[in-house]
Amino acid sequence: MPEVLVLVDHDGERVHKTTYELLTAARRLGAPAAVVVGTPGTAARLEASLARHGARSVYAAESAEADEFLTTPAVDALERAAGETSPAAVLVSATTDGKEVAGRLAARLDTGLLIDAVDLDSSGVVTQVVFGGSYTVRSQVTHGMPVITLRPGSFEAEECPVRAEEKKLALRPVAAACCARVTARRGALAGDRPELTEAAVVVSGGRGVGGAEGFQVVEELADALGGAVGASRAAVDAGYYPHQYQVGQTGKSVSPQLYIALGISGAIQHLAGMQTSKTIVAVNKDPDAPILDLADYGVVGDLFAVAPELTRAVAARRAAG
Amino acid sequence: MNIVVLVKQVPDTSAERTLSGADHTLDRESVDLVLDEIDERAAEEALTLKEAVGAEVTVVSMGPDAALDAIRKVLAMGADRGIHICDDRLRGADVVTTARVLAAAVRTVGDLGLVLAGNATTDGQASAVPAMVADLLGLPQLTHARELNVDAGRVRAERETEQGETTLDAPLPALVSVTEKINEPRYPSFKGIMAAKKKPVETVGLDDLFPDADGTGILTTRTRVVEAVPRPARAAGTRVTDDGTAGRQLVEYLIAQKLV
Repeated sequence: MPEVLVLVDHDGERVHKTTYELLTAARRLGAPAAVVVGTPGTAARLEASLARHGARSVYAAESAEADEFLTTPAVDALERAAGETSPAAVLVSATTDGKEVAGRLAARLDTGLLIDAVDLDSSGVVTQVVFGGSYTVRSQVTHGMPVITLRPGSFEAEECPVRAEEKKLALRPVAAACCARVTARRGALAGDRPELTEAAVVVSGGRGVGGAEGFQVVEELADALGGAVGASRAAVDAGYYPHQYQVGQTGKSVSPQLYIALGISGAIQHLAGMQTSKTIVAVNKDPDAPILDLADYGVVGDLFAVAPELTRAVAARRAAG
Repeated sequence: MNIVVLVKQVPDTSAERTLSGADHTLDRESVDLVLDEIDERAAEEALTLKEAVGAEVTVVSMGPDAALDAIRKVLAMGADRGIHICDDRLRGADVVTTARVLAAAVRTVGDLGLVLAGNATTDGQASAVPAMVADLLGLPQLTHARELNVDAGRVRAERETEQGETTLDAPLPALVSVTEKINEPRYPSFKGIMAAKKKPVETVGLDDLFPDADGTGILTTRTRVVEAVPRPARAAGTRVTDDGTAGRQLVEYLIAQKLV
């Protein structure tokens, strides 16, 4: 059975859940092989959890400078691994870094790149949702080895314990003239909340929230539900909330189990970024707000009355266990 | 020093977009095409640098005839010259070809200091082309920059993504892609719009960019769409008007849906 290379997302100590999703998807195409890029010793720390999720091989692409440069060590490692194993495909998470790594790998190998897949079958045909959820597209690679980025959260990670074999993969020294050096790092901005594009629940506020201080109501509901906070473009443009939380065509696309829109009218721009959510709840004072026409549950009412009430009810339910 | 700005003409995001039935490419007939907003910010950063350190700014775009409008807009903002990559064979080009073609066009610009681009287009949203162009040109990539400094032959950028913030440093020449936080783009002045009409725009095709390619033609896509179907519009579900109990009714709904 051919190997399927999976680029491992990790923080040096722990494997990110997105990688388990990739390993699950990889089993449809062949034998999952995890590629760990990091400082020496990283692969050994991650190997047990990768094997528990089906990685039959763990390629250790380790060097002292692996963390010091942006993206390039991962591209080099995958290029090297692809050259050594002739894999059936390479799978990478469709995160910001993952998209760049996958793109650069495909460019180097002159091979087909399939972006942001939400499903994948054993013949290598992927499903994509484009234009903010207005089309479902199925496509495949016609030239070269498929490089596929998978949208986080699209696959249910499954355990599949196997024995993993560790293989060393020599990384070439990074050419500093061709690569940006990371001179400082600060953690994710979201604090304790889950990342917007990976969260199972997203609570977003729009212009109806009325101001930056009004977003506290949105945040409290998000926290009660263990979700992420989003914002419409109108709210971001008005300065109520930072841009990195913008959901919509010019912001992030999200597809959570539950999307709650508070004070968002539902411009096409916004709908394009959230209409693939499984369940949509909207609260808006205006009965003619377009978002109410596609909400599974729409409330015509004041978000400052409804949302705190919901927050209390959710908290009470949680407390009752 | 030369600064190259890569720009794209995209469908206006305030309008509905469709795929053509025949070949599953964007139906360009039915949409308004505009210069992608994020590219205006890349252009603004190039023009700010031009004013600060002195540089010639070349705007590059790949697309059909209409893409010339996007180029003219950046020229009207203050860029010096344009390269319009226009070739019927590029219709439906994939991101690998797009990156290769853009890289080939950048190679024609001498004394390269910086390549600037938006971090993601609003149509494809692959968010990978700038990094791919950097890789093909052997340039360091400083992508998703919300702040940029060029000094003494080096470039430093503050990169901001969902994974956190990093400070990046690299020697020139380099490629930088910018986020919406980088600046507020200027509006072209009337004088700028008039001047843009006289600025040079070179139109190039695949044969100009790849003169050594053999006669078998250039592979423009390595993928195939098997099927494209419009997704059914979502229908409205339950609707209630708040009488003071909507919050509690809503939690019952969420419990029933196993969402809480």
